[in-house]
Amino acid sequence: MALLEVKDLKVRVEEREILHGLTLTVNEGEVHAIMGPNGSGKSTLSHVIAGKPGYEVTDGQVLFKGEDLLEMEPNERAAKGVFLAFQYPVEIPGVATMNFLRTALNAQRKARGEDEYSTPDFLRKVREVSKSLNIPQDMLKRGVNVGFSGGEKKRNEVLQMALFEPSLCILDEMDSGLDIDALRIAADGVNALRSPERAMVVITHYQRLLNYIVPDVVHVMSKGRVVKSGGKELALELEASGYAQFEAA
Amino acid sequence: MNVAVAKTGKGRAVSDLFTSAEGRLPGSSAVTAVRREAFETYERLGLPHRRIEEWKYTDLRALVGEVLPLAAAPDAAVLKRAADAVKAHAMDGARKLVLVDGVFAAELSDVKALVAEAGFRTLRETLEKDAALLKTASTDAMISLNAAMATDGVVLSIADGAKLSAPIQIIHIAIASSASAFTRSLITVGKGARATIVETFVAAGAKAYQVNDAVLVSVGDDSDIAHIRLMDDAPDAMNVSSHFVTVGANVKFNFFNMTTGAAVSRLQGFITLAGEGSELSANGVNLLQKTEHGDTTLVVDHAVPNCVSREIFRAVIDDRAHSVFQGRIIVRPDAQKTDGKMMIRALLLSDEAEADNKPELEIFADDVSCGHGATAGALDDSLLFYLKARGLPEKQAQALLIQAFVGEAIEQIADDGLREHVIGIAERWLERRQ
Repeated sequence: MALLEVKDLKVRVEEREILHGLTLTVNEGEVHAIMGPNGSGKSTLSHVIAGKPGYEVTDGQVLFKGEDLLEMEPNERAAKGVFLAFQYPVEIPGVATMNFLRTALNAQRKARGEDEYSTPDFLRKVREVSKSLNIPQDMLKRGVNVGFSGGEKKRNEVLQMALFEPSLCILDEMDSGLDIDALRIAADGVNALRSPERAMVVITHYQRLLNYIVPDVVHVMSKGRVVKSGGKELALELEASGYAQFEAA
Repeated sequence: MNVAVAKTGKGRAVSDLFTSAEGRLPGSSAVTAVRREAFETYERLGLPHRRIEEWKYTDLRALVGEVLPLAAAPDAAVLKRAADAVKAHAMDGARKLVLVDGVFAAELSDVKALVAEAGFRTLRETLEKDAALLKTASTDAMISLNAAMATDGVVLSIADGAKLSAPIQIIHIAIASSASAFTRSLITVGKGARATIVETFVAAGAKAYQVNDAVLVSVGDDSDIAHIRLMDDAPDAMNVSSHFVTVGANVKFNFFNMTTGAAVSRLQGFITLAGEGSELSANGVNLLQKTEHGDTTLVVDHAVPNCVSREIFRAVIDDRAHSVFQGRIIVRPDAQKTDGKMMIRALLLSDEAEADNKPELEIFADDVSCGHGATAGALDDSLLFYLKARGLPEKQAQALLIQAFVGEAIEQIADDGLREHVIGIAERWLERRQ
């Protein structure tokens, strides 16, 4: 069974249709890249999968492990194993990162009927993961993302991904605002999480990110649909020829 | 509140209130004369209403309707119930002074220690000789009523140079329903002293009661004082409290008010910075739900040069509750180099919640730095979505953001233990909401 099945999805935002019947199937263990020009609906797709308010699904289905994802609250989706790494992670002053991480992890575990993590287990786990991502401990004491650089914010997203162990990771424009070094650290973190049970959907405007996170499948989106799918070489092709050929269609 | 109004009706002659209570009000004949005068002032003014500018947003005639009769003096059974409430609300390590239905309860208080450490006496004892305690410069109706009716209170004289390691906690416990308690306390702090005063207002089973409290504080030069007020009266009670604070030179005064209870409440504080080089940090949080009405009115009077005042207030307003913050900073003509700032933020959790923020600056000096800001808004949807996308259910996500919001005021409490205590109160309020 496919992990994620998006079937003929149509989505509106304030009377304007953004997705016009999008279909996408992602299996366990696969890494899919979704590329496309600005305004093609890439971020809309990620938001609808995560459950962000403000989007009206007028037709189609999104199934996750065979269950109707669109019927679930965002927190239920998270507990089921859907993780969206935000393009622009928000700053939450006054909520210490460590407190946030523990609250979120335990909320997910509780929703799944699992025991909450004990404090020592939790701390050990955070320390282990943050070390591998080059995240200093004092960053974890600060408010969530408050005063973090672009790279630190993205690393914080990867840290959460590693802690929550989702089965589907959607990375929305993870490369935006990152220099090469920051990108490499974040990408290494993501690659370390690749596993036969876990799928990833990497949304990006540029081919560059895919040098670091090499996809199994590349999809090209234009005007609210997937217009072409292929192997990783499709990304290179796009880099050379641009999106114009698809926009004309 | 409405129940009480319906039961006794608004038409009853107000002077009944005083004449029926007079036999229980302590004081010499000189004191009685002062009380009568104060009551006449109250009778002339009546309950404050919206056409009185200072009470515009808190119309007690509409919200409360009338003053309830004086609560009976507590008997043994009442004191036994109060003892359980003291156990539940006493802070670890604090010296306690307990007032039950407006009457000092020696058997529940740390009398011996506080007589030695803080010159403790009761208001009742003090009034045998001295009527001055009932006088204030104010002509406010509720303060006049307090002077007329005050049955008891605590009088503390903290000596010059005294460093009190244990906080002094004044616990007001309401047991009598549909009755009023009037208390008045005086705290005099000597020079170079250090002390922490905590006031706690709670109910032990009482319903639809009224509290009218006044606290007169005078702080000597070079002192370091923390004053925390925690008002968690019953959801159908009224609490009107008036603070008069005079601060000497080079003082650090750290004030915090927390409102989590009462159907109708008002804290009106009048703080005068009367000595140079002092720093006032006056902060507070209102956590209101259902139809609660919570008013914090604070007048900070810079009477002399070179003082700093900082005010941070946060209101969280759910359902159809109503929060009022009126903050006035006065800078007198001589008070050059005054540095006064006030920031008020209200968080509205429902469409029917209401916040009235009224910051005012009255500046008569020309070399000052003063400012204020006031905002009101809802929780940020983008933050809520982020937290929900990480697995937090709606209410829990809200709670985390509300904690952060009020945290900006709570973190102004200098003492770690007190701050944790107040954070605990906020957490319990949020749990009740879920």
